[in-house]
Amino acid sequence: MNLQNPKKFKLLIDQAHEVALNVLRPISRKYDKAEHAYPKELDMLASVVDGMNQGSEGMNAGAAVNKRGDSDESNKNGVNMSTALSIVEMCYGDTGLLLSMPRQGLGNSAIAAVANDEQLQRFHGIWAAMAITEPGCGSDSAAIRTTAIKDGDDYILNGEKIFVTSGERADAVVVWATLDKKLGRAAIKSFVVPKGTPGMKIERLEHKLGIKASDTAAISFIDCRIPAANLLGHAEIDVAKSFAGVMETFDNTRPLVAAMAIGCSKASLERIKEIFKDQLDPEYNTPFLQTSNIAAQIYRMEAEWESARLLMLKAAWMADNRKPNSREASIAKAKAGRIANEITLKCVELAASIGYNEAELLEKWARDSKILDIFEGTQQIQQLIIARRELGKSSSELK
Amino acid sequence: MNNMVNKAQGFGLSILTKVAGSDLLDQLKLRKFLEKSLYQSSKAGFKTLSQTQKILKSGQKIQRQRLPHQSKSLFDLNLTEEQQMTCEAMQQFASEVLYPLAHDADHHEIFPEELWQYSTDLGLNFYALPEALGGVAAEQNIVSNVLMAQQLAQGDFSLTAGLLSTFSVINAITRWGSEQVQTEYLTAFADDPHLKATFAVQEATAAFNPYQLKTKATSNGDHYLINGEKTLVMLGETADIYLVSADLNGKTEVFIVQRNNTITAQKSPAMGLKATQTVNLKFNNTPAQRLGDDDFDYTAFLDLGNLMWCAMAVGTCEAVKKYCVQYANERTAFGEPISHRQSVAFMIADMAIEIDAMQMLILNAASLAESGQDFHREAYLARLLCAEKSMKIGTDGVQILGGHGFTKEHPVERWYRDLRATAIVHSGLHA
Repeated sequence: MNLQNPKKFKLLIDQAHEVALNVLRPISRKYDKAEHAYPKELDMLASVVDGMNQGSEGMNAGAAVNKRGDSDESNKNGVNMSTALSIVEMCYGDTGLLLSMPRQGLGNSAIAAVANDEQLQRFHGIWAAMAITEPGCGSDSAAIRTTAIKDGDDYILNGEKIFVTSGERADAVVVWATLDKKLGRAAIKSFVVPKGTPGMKIERLEHKLGIKASDTAAISFIDCRIPAANLLGHAEIDVAKSFAGVMETFDNTRPLVAAMAIGCSKASLERIKEIFKDQLDPEYNTPFLQTSNIAAQIYRMEAEWESARLLMLKAAWMADNRKPNSREASIAKAKAGRIANEITLKCVELAASIGYNEAELLEKWARDSKILDIFEGTQQIQQLIIARRELGKSSSELK
Repeated sequence: MNNMVNKAQGFGLSILTKVAGSDLLDQLKLRKFLEKSLYQSSKAGFKTLSQTQKILKSGQKIQRQRLPHQSKSLFDLNLTEEQQMTCEAMQQFASEVLYPLAHDADHHEIFPEELWQYSTDLGLNFYALPEALGGVAAEQNIVSNVLMAQQLAQGDFSLTAGLLSTFSVINAITRWGSEQVQTEYLTAFADDPHLKATFAVQEATAAFNPYQLKTKATSNGDHYLINGEKTLVMLGETADIYLVSADLNGKTEVFIVQRNNTITAQKSPAMGLKATQTVNLKFNNTPAQRLGDDDFDYTAFLDLGNLMWCAMAVGTCEAVKKYCVQYANERTAFGEPISHRQSVAFMIADMAIEIDAMQMLILNAASLAESGQDFHREAYLARLLCAEKSMKIGTDGVQILGGHGFTKEHPVERWYRDLRATAIVHSGLHA
């Protein structure tokens, strides 16, 4: 039993930490202000990250995680964990910029998780965004209305997608669409649509509360024709398995979104401890009931943060060791999402006008954190998933 | 079994034989678990075992015992085969022995007599005693100890606390004891499985600070004298040996005290922990020995106690959740099970989330501790989180059962009262 970060990832974590402090923090406010401007500083960083990824355990700044691996049963600390650990540090720098990292999109995760070998090769090195949400369906992804109709060797996509992170900047978008609305979840498949495909149009970019450095696109598909070979995974509609397959991506990506929440709130927590260092006991020798009110609130946040961090690592560790982790991935996401939001907001409150003012980044982190309790499954969706498991209920019983 | 008995000749043989002959072992399918543990010890500790026997006979001192640290590298949440086996055995003991005894023990405020025999049968003390004294502890097993506490507490919080108090005192003596204290007491515990011990650390002050004690120790020749009053001492009336914290010239120290007529006890029932028959103890010029040596660390002594309470809180929260899941699925209102309502279901989801969260902090602290690293910050944060979250789960447990939860027809009100102790008690146990 050991819950400390493995020594072999120390260099990686240190590197990511330096990148956060020296590359991301200096431009953090700039791109918070210049919403929709492309953070060109990231191009160079992305190349560095690509270079690191040539090694075995690279700094996957985004979410390109592959579940496949050898069948060796011994304890592994692999790419899920190294990715999560570097995301923590990067989001400690800036969550919006992490989400804008070229070639590290959620679409890349989907490709890594479900693509066949030919597709893996063909889409290698591209930057892929992910398009799931529609104007009429959010958390209820089984209700997707975008259609994919087979036509010869092609599929023709029709529908509208919103909240596509990096939808304009990415080289391609992984689009969730249904082969047959009548067949429900099982008929939902994901399709790689390259940028510039006729019929695909960026309708607008959203103006948001936070993570403004990251573009959020609305994209329409009108008779958008793509090769049938761009359907990720299998084309058959398997009522028993298929949707579960699509949902499995979440088992890998939810711990990573939890890692984002850990990183974002780490920034706030560290800053508030600096501001109130005179009230805190660095050795933790003052019993909790004897601490000042400010100190008590900070220690409490720290305890919540530590527990969320470890839950996130647990979920990533399970993914690395190919243990079924749907429950733990949801627990990590639920806990990290809510404490990150709570911590960042509380830090603004404790610092009062200093926290609320744009002279500090505390107010920005408090705006950025909100999305982390929403995307990749809201707090309430995670609670539903966990509750159904605990209670042994189906989605039709516990709605 | 024969092989093992042959090997474990001499010292401790009579105890082992008694354990081996117990029906309880077979009843609970614990035999394999115990044999495995003892086999490990006889394999590794056989040589030392006979040496100890000689030393004891000649009445010489034993050498100071310190269990070696474990070394770790990768992040790893896997349990060892032995830990898995221990957890399963303790879980079974919790559900088949502790849970059925819990209601009456709480109601009558009496620690059930038969549990002492079960405790002997389980050979709990052997897990704390070093190999050199016939035990199975070959290295620091703090993770295993907290896991054990967590599993047992699924049966009952108070009974687990009582059951583990002697075990905890042995842990503390093994970890901190001076050569003199170990010579006297570890051999005594190894010899006599019926010896009972407990902690007297808590004092009756609001917002109790374990670093500021009213109980004083004064030097008196080759020993010390203790004066003062302690509270919430579990099984304090029947214990033979106490670990008492006291102020010695402005510094907090822990002393070992044998029960004698300078100590007076007064019943002091509390909101919970009733089965442990808590008492106030008054020490009046009570002769004492210092527990520790040059390596004694009072903060770590407290932390290792707090981690046990945290682990027990998690175990009891697991029991609350299990009970609520069953209740919410069976109880119908407005034509369907109440578990179909998000307001109820989300309370249960939150229980699951926070149970896992608490467990992570405890395991992290315990794992650091057994690898010899500083773990105070981690233990501090674990206690803080467990105090809050376990009470939240305790109160939600009663809430989900509504008025039924408020009655003694259901165990949730007992868990509610017991879980409040997590934030209150300092020390009292030791991993």
